[in-house]
Amino acid sequence: MSFYDLMKGWEDFDFEAYFSRVSHEDIIRTLQKDKLEELDLLNLLSPQAQYFLEEIAKKSYAVTRQHFGNIISLYIPLYVSNYCTNHCIYCGFNKENKIVRKHLSLEEVEKELIAISETGMSHIILLTGEAEGLIDINYLKGIVEKATKYFPSVSIEVLPLETDDYQVLKQSGLDGLTVYQEVYDEDIYDQVHISGGKKNYRFRLDTPERGGKAGLRNINIAPLFGLGEIKKEAFFAGLHLKYLTDKYLNTEFGVSLPRINSAEGGFKAFHKMDDTAFIQVMMAYRLFQPKAGITVSTRESHEFRNNIMPLGVTKFSAGSKTGVGGYAEKDLSTCQFEISDKSSIEETEKAIRERGFQPVYKDWHTI
Amino acid sequence: MNNKLILGGHVFQSRLLTGTGKFSDKNLIEPMLDSSNSQIITMALRRIDFKNPKENILNYIPKNVRLLPNTSGARTAEEAIKIARIAREAGCGDFIKIEIINDMKYLMPDNQETIKATKVLADEGFVVLPYMMPDLIAAKKLEDAGAAAVMPLGAPIGSNRGLETRALIEMLNDNKRVPIIVDAGIGKPSHAAEAMEMGCDAVLVNTAIATAYDPVKMGRAFSLAVEAGREAHLAKMAEEKKYASASSPLTGFLFRGEEK
Repeated sequence: MSFYDLMKGWEDFDFEAYFSRVSHEDIIRTLQKDKLEELDLLNLLSPQAQYFLEEIAKKSYAVTRQHFGNIISLYIPLYVSNYCTNHCIYCGFNKENKIVRKHLSLEEVEKELIAISETGMSHIILLTGEAEGLIDINYLKGIVEKATKYFPSVSIEVLPLETDDYQVLKQSGLDGLTVYQEVYDEDIYDQVHISGGKKNYRFRLDTPERGGKAGLRNINIAPLFGLGEIKKEAFFAGLHLKYLTDKYLNTEFGVSLPRINSAEGGFKAFHKMDDTAFIQVMMAYRLFQPKAGITVSTRESHEFRNNIMPLGVTKFSAGSKTGVGGYAEKDLSTCQFEISDKSSIEETEKAIRERGFQPVYKDWHTI
Repeated sequence: MNNKLILGGHVFQSRLLTGTGKFSDKNLIEPMLDSSNSQIITMALRRIDFKNPKENILNYIPKNVRLLPNTSGARTAEEAIKIARIAREAGCGDFIKIEIINDMKYLMPDNQETIKATKVLADEGFVVLPYMMPDLIAAKKLEDAGAAAVMPLGAPIGSNRGLETRALIEMLNDNKRVPIIVDAGIGKPSHAAEAMEMGCDAVLVNTAIATAYDPVKMGRAFSLAVEAGREAHLAKMAEEKKYASASSPLTGFLFRGEEK
């Protein structure tokens, strides 16, 4: 059964009615369990659960320490191209936006990689827009191969590929894949993706599955919070995470919590995810899937990231730039999103240590 | 009765192996080693940051402690073998703990792949300590493949649930030709003592020490527990009985008549 079919099974479920019935006792019962089921996830996402945030936080803290210890892993992104043939109304790179475009050649990519490797970061994620014709498997293979020369672990966040392509990239040393569904609600998906390859909902939804089939080591999924209704989106992403974790035992699946900030083009979120909702969703994921990595990027502010460290997150980006390149050569291109946490890698490390955690720069070495 | 742990010809006084993972601060490792008297410490090679001295875990471990690099992260025998070779080349010594996991959900070791890797690495002169699912046949195959010890799990990694596999470990223990080191799941000193009382030769404890509120004190607690368990095992050796000796003899009735 594909995840799409699994989602279909929830089509007639009345979420609002369920949420309105969740009682304090339901939440306490969920908190007493070790193995959470789908309805437990809903309980933790329910409005009632906000009265139990401190209790949930204590459990989330303990569970995270048990499975991950007192650590925060670090990674750094490198955008290699912001050309895009998609029209997605929430994204700064969308083809309708008159922005400064840039596409790095393999030589330019290498220069950036060298500059980043000198910062001591070991885990890198390479990102591109979805530019058909410009970004193809050969280019991706090229940048992955370059990156593995300087980094023990390399991930990508690029256009969805076929299983064969992921296998090719794995052979080239690719470790990880990040692919956000953006929005699980199919109608909203259709509405915000005006044109381009990304309009294909099913192909995108099955992308992490293709990565699992190809045997990639790590795969990260997420909704982009702000497009669909927060609780429902959080729920389906949680189900997706569980579905993938259960099905592809050889891959580590994780989840991120990107929420819309002011991208170029001034898109306003349909549903605002405030800090409380953010924390609630993050902790619900922790209790629902105790072993899943949880990533929080520099979209979030330094202060917020400091505060959430004990609550379930296991991975931070640090020292990020979201324009194209920008580590070796000064970059004038437009950023995909506004970075909130502009701290340097050193400042991020210091903040992590000050809160009693150990920063982990290197957690794998492609062999 | 020899009361020393011998692994690949090396003699150790302490039967407590520790690990470097999950600590909030690498600077806690040295005092933890002091307090626990542990002489062997395992570290994930994948986490060793050779190019960054401040991050390189090896710089936080005293020289007299034996390094036990592990192949954590390996999903196949081939990957584990490569990791072991990298560890040796990097100066981590000949000891290697094989850890091959391709089930990210329960984190159970793959015994078949582990046996393969053990054979290759033992032939290359490594002192191989394989982490395994307690299964007697697999343990025998590991011994045949040249393992210096066999490391069955007590419970899933990091679970702190104790000796859930006790009955299986007992079989390994009763039939061992190399030391049995219980590797995962030991959550508290009493679990460690229990393993030692059973006659296991050593325990490896990481999570329970590293994530304790006071890892240094917890290191000492485990050291005491391991010693107590070992002493208890040795102390009862002479009179351990397989069957109960009832305080009122079960066949006493046969003689009741005679007493009159």
